[in-house]
Amino acid sequence: MAAKASRVAFGETLLELGARDERIVTLDADLSKSTMTAKFAKTYPARAFNLGIAESNMIGIGAGLALTGRIPFVCSFACFVVGRFETIRISVAYTNANVKIVGTHSGIAIGEDGYSQMGIEDIACIRALPNIPVIQPADELETKQVIAYAVEHAGPLYLRLTRQSLDPVCPADYRFQLGRWLVLRPGHDVTLLGTGGPLSNCLEAAKLLEADGISAEVINAACIKPLDEELLLGSAGKTGHVVTVEDHAIHGGLGGAVAETLSEVMPIEVRRLGVQGFGESGDPKGLYAKHGLDPAGIATSVRKFLNR
Amino acid sequence: MPDARVVAIARQCRVQIIRMLTHAGSGHPGGSLSVIDILTALYFGRLRYDAKRPDWPDRDRVVLSKGHAVPALYAVMARAGYFHESELVTLRKLGSRLQGHPDRTALPGIEAATGSLGQGLSISLGMALGLKLRAAPARVYCILGDGEIQEGQVWEAAMSAPKLGRPDHPLDNLCVILDYNKIQLDNFVAKIMDLEPVVAKWQAFGWPVLEIDGHDTDQIGKALDAAEATRGTPTFIVAHTVKGKGVSFMENDPEWHGKAPKPAEAIRAIREILGVGEAAWGDYLKTDPATRAIVDELAALEKK
Repeated sequence: MAAKASRVAFGETLLELGARDERIVTLDADLSKSTMTAKFAKTYPARAFNLGIAESNMIGIGAGLALTGRIPFVCSFACFVVGRFETIRISVAYTNANVKIVGTHSGIAIGEDGYSQMGIEDIACIRALPNIPVIQPADELETKQVIAYAVEHAGPLYLRLTRQSLDPVCPADYRFQLGRWLVLRPGHDVTLLGTGGPLSNCLEAAKLLEADGISAEVINAACIKPLDEELLLGSAGKTGHVVTVEDHAIHGGLGGAVAETLSEVMPIEVRRLGVQGFGESGDPKGLYAKHGLDPAGIATSVRKFLNR
Repeated sequence: MPDARVVAIARQCRVQIIRMLTHAGSGHPGGSLSVIDILTALYFGRLRYDAKRPDWPDRDRVVLSKGHAVPALYAVMARAGYFHESELVTLRKLGSRLQGHPDRTALPGIEAATGSLGQGLSISLGMALGLKLRAAPARVYCILGDGEIQEGQVWEAAMSAPKLGRPDHPLDNLCVILDYNKIQLDNFVAKIMDLEPVVAKWQAFGWPVLEIDGHDTDQIGKALDAAEATRGTPTFIVAHTVKGKGVSFMENDPEWHGKAPKPAEAIRAIREILGVGEAAWGDYLKTDPATRAIVDELAALEKK
C-alpha cells in the first residue's frame, strides 16, 4: 500500500460500506470535500446531509438519527466538531446515541492554515467523556478496519483522522481490535508509543537510535481510549522508559492517558512529546521539527531521557 | 370545549409536581407548571405510545428540550404507566432513575438527555428525519423553553428544519412547541434578552407558526391537529403560558423558577390547584384519601 491520508481511506471505506449497509448516513458542515464524504454524498444523496456551517446542529441531528436506527458519521475538522463539546457531552455521550464522530485535519500537520484550524485538544476533550472510545488509525489498512469496526460498535465513538498522507506501518495480516495496540518494532531500552501522524517518525527515530546502540520498541497506539494496558505495562516493565509521541497538545492526549495509568500501576518516568502552546502557520515538516516530532527530534528527546 | 378528562389529569399532575419537588427539596416548579397542560394534552389524547414497550420503533416521541421541567414529564409518565407513582418521590435522590434533568439511559420512555439548553431541537430534527427515512408513521414533538431559544444552536436548527430532508422527506412529522411563560432564571425574559418578535422570527426562518393559550386544552388540541394536517414542513406553536400556573404565589414570579416549596407552602399550593377554599380544606380531605395521603406525607416532612 502507498501512503494515504486517513481521511481519504475513510471516504473510500465509507463508500464501500454504504453500498451494503443502508443504515450508514453522513452529516457534514460544509467541509465534505475535505472530510472526504463528498463521494458518499454523490453516490447516496438521500443518505448524506450537509447542514451548512453549523456543527452543533449537525451533531444533534446525528444523535436523533442514531436514536431512530441510523448509523450517522458526523464529520468536520477535529477542532470544529469537538469544539462543540457541550453538544457532544449531552446529545451524544449522556444520551448514549450511536453517533460516530469523525474529526479530520487533526494536529499541527495541517500546516499553513494555522492554529484556528488545528485540532490539538480534541483527544483531551473526548477522553474525559465516560463512554466514547478514541481511535486514531495509523495508516490506510488500519483506517479501513477501524471504520468497519465503528459501524459494528454499538455506541458513540470518536475517530481522529489526518489531512496528510500516512506511510503504511501495519502488516498485511493486521486486524484492529478495540483496546489492542500493535508492536511495530520490538526493542528493550525504551518504549516509543506513537499515534497518528508522527508514528512513522517514531520508526525513523528508532533507526537513528539503533545506530547509537539504543534499542527502541515502537508501538502503534491507535486506541487512545481504552489504552492497551497489558501491552503498555509489559513494554514499560521491560524497557523502564516510556516516551509518548503525538500530534496533539501535551496535555490530556495519549501522553496524559499513559502517564495517568503508569503513575498508578507502575510509576516509572515518562516523557510526553507533543505540541507545546498554540500551533501556527508553516510547512508541516518544519512544524514537526519545531515541536520535536520529527525523527531527529524524537531521537534527541530519547537520548536525553536515557542520558546517552 | 376543554377536554374534562385532560384537565382533570393535568390537575393531578400539578399536585404530583408539587409533591415531588417538595420531597426533593429542589427543582423547578415554575416551568413545570407552565408546561404541564401541553404535556398532558400530548400524552392523553395525542401520542401513540405503549408504556410497556418504550422502545417500540414506531412510537411518537416527545423531546422535552427544556429539561429542567422534567418533573412535569415524570408526573405525566407515571400517570401514563411508565412507572409507579410511588417512584415520583425519589426525584433527585441518590440512585433514582428520576434524575434532576432527563437521563435517557436511566429511565425508559425518556427520549434524549436534555437540560443543557438549546440541544433538543436538533435531536428532534434528527429523529423526525430518521423516522421519515424509513417511512415510519410516528411523529416527533419538541418542547422548547422561552429562555432556551436564546441559545445559538436553536437557530441553527431553526434554519435547517424547513429544508432538511426535502424534497423526499420533509419534516412534516415534527411539531415544535414553545412554552412561552415569559420568565427565565434571572428575571423576566423581556428584561434579560427579549425574544420579540418571536412569531416573526420563526416565520422568517420558514416555519408556519400558530399562537395559542398553552393552558387551554381545546386550543392545544386544535393546534396539534393543524400541525398534523400540515404537509411539507414542520410546524411551530407559540404557546403563551403562565409560569407557576395554578399556584397563586408562584404565578409570574421569577423567584419560583428554581426553588422547591416548603411543606406548608406545598400543601397550600395543592389546595389551590384543587380549587378548595381554606375553610373547606379539612372537610375536602375527608373525601379525597389520595390527596390526604400526599398532604400527610408532606406534613410529616415538615416535622423532620
